[in-house]
Amino acid sequence: MSAKIGINEKSTVHQPSITETPKAIAGVSTYLDDRLGAGNFLKRNLRKIFPDHWSFLLGEIALYSFIILLLTGTFLTFWFKPSMAHVVYDGVYEPLKGVGMSEAYASSLHISLEVRGGLLMRQMHHWAALLFVAGMMVHMLRVFFTGAYRKPRELNWLIGILLLTLALVEGLTGYSLPDDLLSGAGLRITEGVMISLPLVGSYITFFLFGGEYPGTDIISRFFTLHVLLIPGILLALISAHMILMWVQKHTQMPGKDRKNTNVVGAPFYPAFMAKAGAYFLFTFAVTAGLGTFAQINPIWLFGPYTPADISAGSQPDFYMGFLEGSLRLMPAWEINFLGYTLPLSVIIPALLPLGIIMTGLALYPFLEQWVTGDRREHHVCDRPRNNPHRTSIGMAAISFYGLLWLLGANDEISAKFQISLFVTTIVGRVLVFVLPVVTYIVTYSICIGLQRKDAEVIGHGVESGVIKRLPSGEYIEIHVPPADDIADHMLGKRPVAMLPGAGDGEAEPEGVPPKALRGPIGKLRAKMSRAYGGEKVAIDDGHGHHDDHGEHAAIGAGDGGHSNDKK
Amino acid sequence: MTENSHEPEAPDERVPKRVIGTPPPAESTSLLGAAEERTAQGPGPMPGVKFQDEKTAKKGERIAALCFVITFLSAIGFIASYVIFQVGDLDKAGASNLALGGTLTLAFLALAAGVVVWVRMVMPKYTLFQERHEMASEPATREVVAETFLQGAEESGFVKRKLLRRTLLLAAAPLGLLPIVLLRDLGPLPGTALRHTVWGKKTKAGKDRRLLVEGTGAPIRAADFNSPGGILSVVPEEYQHDLNELAKSTLILIKLRPEVIKSGTNLNWTHDGIIAYSKICTHVGCPAALYEQTTHHILCPCHQSTFDAADGAKVIFGPAARPLPQLPLGVDSEGFLVAKGDFPVPPGPSFWERGDAEAEVRARGGHA
Amino acid sequence: MNRITARRRHPLARYAVLLFALALLGGVYTVAAPAGQSADAAIASGKVDDVAAGKKLFEQSCASCHGLNLEGTKTGPTLVGVGAAAVDFQVSSGRMPAAQPGAQAPRKQKYPWVNETTIRQLAAYVQSKGGGPAVPSDDAVDPAKGNSAKGGELFRANCIQCHNFVGAGGALTEGKYAPDLNSSTPKQIYEAMVTGPQAMPPFNDSTITPEQKRDMIAYIVEVRGQKDPGGFGLGRIGPVTEGLALWVVGISLLVLAAIWITAKRRQKKS
Repeated sequence: MSAKIGINEKSTVHQPSITETPKAIAGVSTYLDDRLGAGNFLKRNLRKIFPDHWSFLLGEIALYSFIILLLTGTFLTFWFKPSMAHVVYDGVYEPLKGVGMSEAYASSLHISLEVRGGLLMRQMHHWAALLFVAGMMVHMLRVFFTGAYRKPRELNWLIGILLLTLALVEGLTGYSLPDDLLSGAGLRITEGVMISLPLVGSYITFFLFGGEYPGTDIISRFFTLHVLLIPGILLALISAHMILMWVQKHTQMPGKDRKNTNVVGAPFYPAFMAKAGAYFLFTFAVTAGLGTFAQINPIWLFGPYTPADISAGSQPDFYMGFLEGSLRLMPAWEINFLGYTLPLSVIIPALLPLGIIMTGLALYPFLEQWVTGDRREHHVCDRPRNNPHRTSIGMAAISFYGLLWLLGANDEISAKFQISLFVTTIVGRVLVFVLPVVTYIVTYSICIGLQRKDAEVIGHGVESGVIKRLPSGEYIEIHVPPADDIADHMLGKRPVAMLPGAGDGEAEPEGVPPKALRGPIGKLRAKMSRAYGGEKVAIDDGHGHHDDHGEHAAIGAGDGGHSNDKK
Repeated sequence: MTENSHEPEAPDERVPKRVIGTPPPAESTSLLGAAEERTAQGPGPMPGVKFQDEKTAKKGERIAALCFVITFLSAIGFIASYVIFQVGDLDKAGASNLALGGTLTLAFLALAAGVVVWVRMVMPKYTLFQERHEMASEPATREVVAETFLQGAEESGFVKRKLLRRTLLLAAAPLGLLPIVLLRDLGPLPGTALRHTVWGKKTKAGKDRRLLVEGTGAPIRAADFNSPGGILSVVPEEYQHDLNELAKSTLILIKLRPEVIKSGTNLNWTHDGIIAYSKICTHVGCPAALYEQTTHHILCPCHQSTFDAADGAKVIFGPAARPLPQLPLGVDSEGFLVAKGDFPVPPGPSFWERGDAEAEVRARGGHA
Repeated sequence: MNRITARRRHPLARYAVLLFALALLGGVYTVAAPAGQSADAAIASGKVDDVAAGKKLFEQSCASCHGLNLEGTKTGPTLVGVGAAAVDFQVSSGRMPAAQPGAQAPRKQKYPWVNETTIRQLAAYVQSKGGGPAVPSDDAVDPAKGNSAKGGELFRANCIQCHNFVGAGGALTEGKYAPDLNSSTPKQIYEAMVTGPQAMPPFNDSTITPEQKRDMIAYIVEVRGQKDPGGFGLGRIGPVTEGLALWVVGISLLVLAAIWITAKRRQKKS
C-alpha cells in the first residue's frame, strides 16, 4: 500500500503542518481501541482507495435520499394520525371547512398548513421519495451498462433489484397514507388489480383491507408497513449492499494502469470522505430546493377520499407510471371458464411488464454468464459500446419501459397536444412491440460505429489541427496519437467472452462441439454465444492486445477478425 | 480520416506546435488532451499524492471559507425564519415554506460547494494504487473450513442421531406456520359480499331505496331530472357516507332522449329515458364518470375504458371487459326515483369467483 | 336602413316578420307570466329592439351553420330552446362563431363585433325562439355569496372527473377535451352547467339548485385564485409534471454535481 508513505515524512514539496495526533483525539481513540480493537480495521480501511468517475456517485443519490426520507419521515409521524376515523374538518383551510374526512387526511392538512416547516418537510419527503427511486434507477442503469454486475458482484446486484422492488412498495404505501382523493384512486387501482388475481384475489383483498374495500384498517396497516417493516428491511439491505461494495471494492473505469488486480483512485480518508459528504449535501440541497420551489402533492386541492369520486388526470407517482401505462394499453381480454373468471386485461398488464423487467434484471448476470461462459472476476468496467448486445438489450428495455411510462400519461398528452385519446392508445399498442426492436437495432449500430471510431483514433491518431505542406506541394493534416489517458481508456477494451467451442466470428465451428453445446438448447446457446461474444471491431495499437494476467477471452475470441475490420 | 499513408507521426512533442494562431480545441473535450497531463505525476517523495501549489490552495481556502460563512448565515436565517414566519393559512404557509426552504437550500448548497472546493483546490491530487485479490479464499482455507464443518456435524450427533434430527424438523414445521395462522383474522372471508349491494335491500322503513344526489343528499324526483344529456352522481339512501357501500353502489344517472336508446339497454329498468348504471368501472374499480352528452360515451379517467350509455353501457374501447351493470329503476308514490332491485350481476372489477354472471342471468331469461 | 328596405321583398322576409311577431308574442307572454323563471331580463323589460338586432347578427354570423330558423344543419346543432344562457356562454367565451368545424370549438379571441351589447342582442333573439335557460343575474353567480366548502364537495362529485381537481381540464374521447376553467368567468361557469355546451352534460336547476351552483362557483374561483404555498404549482395537474420536474431538474442537477465533484482538473497552461 503506497498510501502509507509520506504521512510523517519530510517533503520538499509540502511541509506537514501537523506531526502529532492531538491529545483529545488520541485519548478517545486509545480508549475505544482498548475496548474494540478498532485499530486493525482502521489501519486497513482509512486509506481504502476509491476510483473516481462521476457515474459512480449516482447510487449515492439513493443512499442519501433514504437518509433524508428517514429524517423527514420521522418529523411527519409526530403529527400524522394513521386513522380512518371520520372527523369533520375544522382547520384553517376554508374550502374544506365542515367537510367530513378521515383523521389521516385531516392530520396531513394540519401538517401542511398549521405546523411550521410542516409543508417543507412533507414536500421534501415526497421529493426525496421520488429521488430515491430515480437514484436507484440511474445507478442500476450505470451498473448494467458498464457490466459492473458481473462476478463477483452478482449477489449485490440481486440485493439491488430487491431494494428497487421494495422501494416501489414503500412508495405505494406512502402515497396512500394522506387519504386524499388522488391517493385513494391509486389505492382503488391497487385493490382492483389485487382482486383480479386468480384463486386468491378476493381473499388477499379481504385480508389486506380487513373486509370490503376500503374498510377502516388500510391506512393504519399501510402506516406500519411504511414506517416500520419496509424501512427496516430497506435499511438492512442497504447496509448489506454497502458492506459488499466495501468488501469487494468498487469497480473502476478502464484507463492507465487500471487492471482487474488493482484499484486506482483517491483514499477514503480524507478525499473520498469529503467528496461523498459533499454529495450528500448536494442531494439534501436539491431535495430542499425542490421542496421549496416546486409544489408536490398539494393534498388540500384534492379533497378527502371517497370511492364515488375521481379526478381527470389521476396519475400515480412516476415509478408506477409504467404499470398505469400498461393497464391503459391492454385490450379487453377476459376469460370465463367453469364459473371462474380470469381478467387478463388486468393481470397481464399488471404483472407482465413488471415481471419482464424485474425478472430480466435479476437473471441478466446469470444469463450472460450462461451465454458467454465467462466465470472470471471483473473489476474493470466495460464501456457500453464495447458490449454492444448488452447495451442494445438495455436500451430496448428502456424504450419498452419508457413507452409504457409515457402512456401512463396519455390523457395529459392528449389534452395538452390535442391528439385523440384513442389514437395514443392504438399507437402505443403497436409501438410497445416495434419500438424495442428498433431501439435495439439502432443502438447496436451506434455501438459498432463508436467502436470503429475508437479503432480509428488508436490506429490512425487524431487530427492535430496542424497543416503541413509536403515537398510535393500536397497539404496534409498531421495526425498524432491521442492523449495517454484517453488512449488507455480506449485500450481498456476486452473482447466479450465466448463459450469455448462455440466458434468465433460468424463461422460455424468445425468438428464436434463440446457436450454442453449439443442438442437444440446447446446449439442455440452456441449460436447466442457467437452472436453475443467476440470482438466486433478490433482495436490495433500496433502491439496486439494488452494481455494482463491471463485475462484473455476464452479460446481465441476475436483474434481472427483483426485486420479485416480496419479500413 | 484521410488516407492510410498518414500514419501518426511521433514528433518530439506529441502535439506539434501550432504555427498559425488558430485557437486549440477545448481541452476538456478534445481527444488531443492537454500537453501537461503527462507531467501530472511527477517524481516526488510521495508517489501518487500530488499536493496543490500554495497559491491554488490559498485561493481554495478562501472560497471554501466564504461558502461556510454563507452556510452559517443561512442556518441563522432558517432559525430566524422559523420564529418570524407563522403559519395558519395558505399565504402564510407559503411565505414560511419559502423562507425556511430557501435558507435551508442555501445552507446545504453552500456547504456542499465549500467542501467540493476544499477537496479540489486544497487537498492533494491522488493516483494511489491498491491491490485487489480474488474474492475466493485460499484452497487450504476452504479445506480447513470443510473439515471443521464435518467435525462439528459429527460432534453434534445431528447426522448420527436420526430421532433427534427428525423430531427437530417435526418441531420446526408447525412453528413456521404460526405467523400465517395468526394473520387469519386480518379480515373476514369474502363470502358473497362482492355480489350484493344495498340496492337490493329495502330501507329501514321497508320501502324501496331512493336514489340521492351525491354531495347534496337530496332525493331525485323523476320529473325534475328532465334535461336530456344530463348526468348525476348518485348514492343510496341511508348509505350516503358509508365508503364500503359507495365503493360498489355508486351510480351514474343519465337522462337520454328515448329515441337514442339502443337494444343493449333494458328499457324495463329505465324510467322516462332515465337510466342508472354502476359508476364503478368493471376494469379495476375507478369511478367511470366522464360523460359526453353528444356521443353518450362514458369514459373512465383511470384507464380510459369507454362505455356506450345508450347501448347498455357496452364497452367500445379500452381494457374493461364487461359493460357497467344497469340498475332496475322505478319511481315511488311521491315521484322519487328508487331502486327496484339489485344489479343483476356483481358490479365493479372482476374477480376469480365471479364467473360469467352475465351469461347466467341471460340463461335465466333475464337481461344483463 | 336601406338594407332593411331592400330586404323587405326578400323571400325570407315574411318568415322574419312572422318570427318577429312570434318573438314579440313570446316577449309579451313572458311579461304576462311572472312565474316564468326563464324570462330574459332584456325581453322582460320590453327591449324588443334587442331581438331584432340579434336576428340580424344571427343571420350574418350564425345562420350558415345553425340555419336561418335555428333549426340546425349538418355543421351545427339546432338552437331552438337552448336559451340566452347558451348564447352568452358560447359567444362571450369566443367559442362561437366557430372558426372551423372540428371535434370541439375552442375558447378563442372574440371577433371584433362581439361585445356586451351584441351578445345581449343575439341572446335575446335566440331566447325568443323557444325559450331556454336565461343568463343568470350577477347575484346568482357571485362567488362571495357561495359556500366554497359545500361547493367543493359538489365540484368533486360532478366536475373533476373531466375538469381535473382544480379545473386544469382533461382529455375526452375522439379528440374532445374538457377545457380548463381558469379563464372562465363565474357567469360562464354557471351557464355551462345549465346549458351543457358541446359534449358537457347539463346540470339543470331542479337537481342542482342555483344556490348549489353558486357554491361551486365560489369554490372554483377561490381555489384558482389561491397561492400555491409549496412553490410553483407545476400546472396543478398532479404527478405527471412532478415526475418530469424530478428528472429534468432534480436528477440533472445531481448529475452535474457528480461531474463537478469528480472532474479532473486539467492544469492550465501557465
